[in-house]
Amino acid sequence: MNIMIGIFASLALIAAVLVVVLRQPMRAALALIAHMICLAAIFACLNVHVVALFQVLIYVGAVMVLMIYTIMLLDDSDPSYVKVFSRWSVPAIVVAAVVMVALGVLLGIAAPHAPAAPQIGTAPFGFPEFSIAFMSRYWLHFEIATALLAIGIVAAWTILSQRAGR
Amino acid sequence: MMNDYDLLIGLAIAIFTTGLIGVVVRRNLLVVVMCVEVMLNAVVLAFVTFAARSQSLPGVAMTFFIYIAAACEIAVAMSIVVLLAKRRGSLDLAHGDELKG
Repeated sequence: MNIMIGIFASLALIAAVLVVVLRQPMRAALALIAHMICLAAIFACLNVHVVALFQVLIYVGAVMVLMIYTIMLLDDSDPSYVKVFSRWSVPAIVVAAVVMVALGVLLGIAAPHAPAAPQIGTAPFGFPEFSIAFMSRYWLHFEIATALLAIGIVAAWTILSQRAGR
Repeated sequence: MMNDYDLLIGLAIAIFTTGLIGVVVRRNLLVVVMCVEVMLNAVVLAFVTFAARSQSLPGVAMTFFIYIAAACEIAVAMSIVVLLAKRRGSLDLAHGDELKG
């Protein structure tokens, strides 16, 4: 087993748990950033450098900055900062345990009939291969994705332009 | 002996479940959105692990579109959070009893 993947997997899981248990949203956001960086490191260990770069640039660089700005915009004396957990904690943990077992069975961890996995780091996922494949095969998808982004901007603008208290 | 791919799929399941617990048990709207992001990250991890395992470049290319959908989702979600906070004056989900239909 790759030792770096093991280390970053442990850190990613710890950071995900911290997102759930930390009281202040800003600390939870910082834990989420740590979680995303650990996942980017795992992707880099898998030799999928393109996705690791996307993870850092798009998630940590754009999405989390937006989220932190929103946290700073809002009031930090909210009642949900004092009473953190809802009264559904125990049923939620039971249901989540069932979901975890079901996903484990469905995805077939360590299935004996699974084909032999290739060695980590042998996949040809470099920037040149990705760029050529992306621009030759997926240019139409890319154009449609830009339309989706434009729709997202219009939707956000429409929501924010509504008057408060209505 | 568990190989790296099985470990990562197991990690994706554990992270997804953690995010699911957070969505249900937390009362703060912003933290609930963050837990949804944790769940989405787990899905991306599973997607990339399967793509790396099957050595498929299209699988990696499609991850890019997951990121675009996530960026759109967070822009709209943050707008809704700000609007709800302005209307109700609170981020507490226990006050969210005004949704109809």
